[in-house]
Amino acid sequence: MSSVIDGFAVVLEPTNLLYCLVGVVIGMLIGVLPGLGPAATIAILLPVTFGLEPVTAVIMLAGIFYGAQYGGTITSVLLRLPGEASSVVTVFDGHALARQGRAGAALGIAAIGSFVGGTLSIIALTLVAPVVAGFALDFGPPEYTVLALLGIMLVSTISSGGRIRALTAAAIGLLLATVGRDDFTSAERFTFGNLSLADGIDFVPIAMGLFGLGEILYNLEERHRAVQAPTKVTNVWPSRADLRQSSGAIGRGSVIGFVLGILPGGGAVLSSLAAYALEKRRSKHPERFGQGAIEGVAAPETANNAAATSSFIPLLSLGIPANATMAVIFGALLIQGVTPGPQLVTEHPELFWGVVNSMYLGNVLLLIMSIPLLGVFVRILRVRAAVLAPITVLITLVGAYTVNNSVFDIGLVIGFGVLGYLMKKAGFDPGPMVLAFVLGSLLETSLRRSLLLFDGDLTGFLSRPISGVLAAAFLAVILLPLARTLLRRRHPDPAGSAVTEPGDPAVTAVASRPSASAEIVGSGAAADPFGPASPEAGDTGAAVAPGPSAATSGERQGPGTASAESPGTASAESSGEAAGEHAVRDKTATTSTEAAGRPHDEPGQSGAPVTQPVHRDRHTEEPE
Amino acid sequence: MTTEPADDRPPAAGPSANLIAAGVVIALGAVAVTGAAGLGSGPGTWPMVIGVALVILGLILAVQSRRAEPPERFTRSSLLVVAAVASMIAYVAVIATIGFEIPTLLLAFVWLRFLGRESWRTSIAVSAGIVVVFYALFVGALDVTIPHLF
Repeated sequence: MSSVIDGFAVVLEPTNLLYCLVGVVIGMLIGVLPGLGPAATIAILLPVTFGLEPVTAVIMLAGIFYGAQYGGTITSVLLRLPGEASSVVTVFDGHALARQGRAGAALGIAAIGSFVGGTLSIIALTLVAPVVAGFALDFGPPEYTVLALLGIMLVSTISSGGRIRALTAAAIGLLLATVGRDDFTSAERFTFGNLSLADGIDFVPIAMGLFGLGEILYNLEERHRAVQAPTKVTNVWPSRADLRQSSGAIGRGSVIGFVLGILPGGGAVLSSLAAYALEKRRSKHPERFGQGAIEGVAAPETANNAAATSSFIPLLSLGIPANATMAVIFGALLIQGVTPGPQLVTEHPELFWGVVNSMYLGNVLLLIMSIPLLGVFVRILRVRAAVLAPITVLITLVGAYTVNNSVFDIGLVIGFGVLGYLMKKAGFDPGPMVLAFVLGSLLETSLRRSLLLFDGDLTGFLSRPISGVLAAAFLAVILLPLARTLLRRRHPDPAGSAVTEPGDPAVTAVASRPSASAEIVGSGAAADPFGPASPEAGDTGAAVAPGPSAATSGERQGPGTASAESPGTASAESSGEAAGEHAVRDKTATTSTEAAGRPHDEPGQSGAPVTQPVHRDRHTEEPE
Repeated sequence: MTTEPADDRPPAAGPSANLIAAGVVIALGAVAVTGAAGLGSGPGTWPMVIGVALVILGLILAVQSRRAEPPERFTRSSLLVVAAVASMIAYVAVIATIGFEIPTLLLAFVWLRFLGRESWRTSIAVSAGIVVVFYALFVGALDVTIPHLF
């Protein structure tokens, strides 16, 4: 207990206070600016953390991550452009409220929900993480082998672009991790005689290249329509009635977010979808959703913050990153000489509790920034993407150099940037690759140790209780979707239209494109939370589509396996609405060269509190 | 950049593009397998497992290539990315010898004016501003050992 209190002392050190503020402000900014996600931002800023104490560095990086969840709401509500993938569902009711002139209420309730969800999740984290860590202290190599495999598998399952592609990316990540000297025999592997590769590839250039530069390059090419900055938002404080109406949603959103956030691959995106689906299901008037139901804003915004916080649990207590952003923070800790794992809470209590407790402060700061200072952040939207692109790219290049004072490292960053760009073009999400790279050496080392332990007998994994259970879970993750595909083949889906069959585990984790931007295919005015959202490359976004034709959905099995609360349960009701209606395809404006916020002559500019962005409506085509 | 395309996203490529991606994956797997075979058992076992997995995954991708969502086509605007990468390679090539100031100025300017279609005035002002801020930050405040002229 005393170490918890000591953690507050760590937070209150002026440097840590400052970096907590810096982190949440950056998080809020990149949340508001559609495009660069938290994983990319954290990757780009990795070199900055080198000069900092480990605890300070992680306080800042964590602030970026949960701060982005707050910021992402703003553009969802005002512009119908989700700044982050985890705010995609907020668009449906948030923007409807904004159209009714109640943008302030939506933003206010989102901020309050985010605060409550985040704070409750920190309290739960404080209670749960040490217990998990204590339990995990007994883990040996076999447990870690299966745990790492399970983590990679789950993240790939929920990743965008399809499971096989995600697994391919993960396998490439594992292969990259083998480059360099072998830990056991010192044999040089895949170095091609290059001295710079003898010690393996650094995590920093990989993360900076794949996430940071890859995203910048991808956004360069994408054409986005101009974002119009809204003029002003009035009355951010929600009314008493709004609060009363949302309190249940906030409570349930906190629980869903916390639970889904812990699961590898869960995270903010999935939990916001699940929370929205649950509220709609529970509601006596589900038809209100999409027309401006305040719960439809409160639930997902609460859940994504709760999940962002609880996804620190597997990282800080097991040493297994649950999503791509956590993988980058994992890398940041390794660089600092701290190996996250069950021993972290006992060996580095100041780090553990410092980081955890800084989140209370961060959430308070974010609450302040999202309510009274909201206008300041809305104004950020006027900064043009074409101006931001060279700034971010130069920070990336110079930052990459400063890590090892090596020009070779800049070259690596550019190389991985091109790879990340090509992967995105081909529909491969770089998230699993970075995650697998981070876990690669842990996985190989513990696998080889386990095999020594078991005399090369693979069934040994099943003979130990914990690794046995985890191995069973691992097999279930592989076999369940496979079985479902086979079943589907034998009973072909009769639905010929866009309507998915009722009961279809329809939330298929399909993103049309793993990209920095989020995309919505929703059914016109109806509340359909299941548009494919391309998550930002960082967070293992579950991007969700109206169940596509049976042929494809088998391969891209959704998060149905991840949890009972999976949003798949609500698909039946919403799927019908998709048929025949036309879908709105929105692309978030990002660091594209098309200027964001360039003055446009548009109706609605004349003093209306919220200006309407142009929507390019078009008719839904049958997916594939 | 020049004209707003009908869709925000570049058009999809044909199914053969998926086949090419699958081919690259298989080739990478094959390289891993041969490299692992050369290392022998022990250090080579794990890369061998991954290599075989990559080949299998590549084959699955190839089989599914007709059904899977097609990749994006390379369009004229992909040339922007080529230009961007070229500018960065040039940046890396000269930074060690002539310091970071001039390359930074030029790269920022090229990105602003030619890739971003900003006005001359904005381009010059912002790129000069970036150099000044970077100098103050990296050389002045952080004292980073970046090669610099002044």
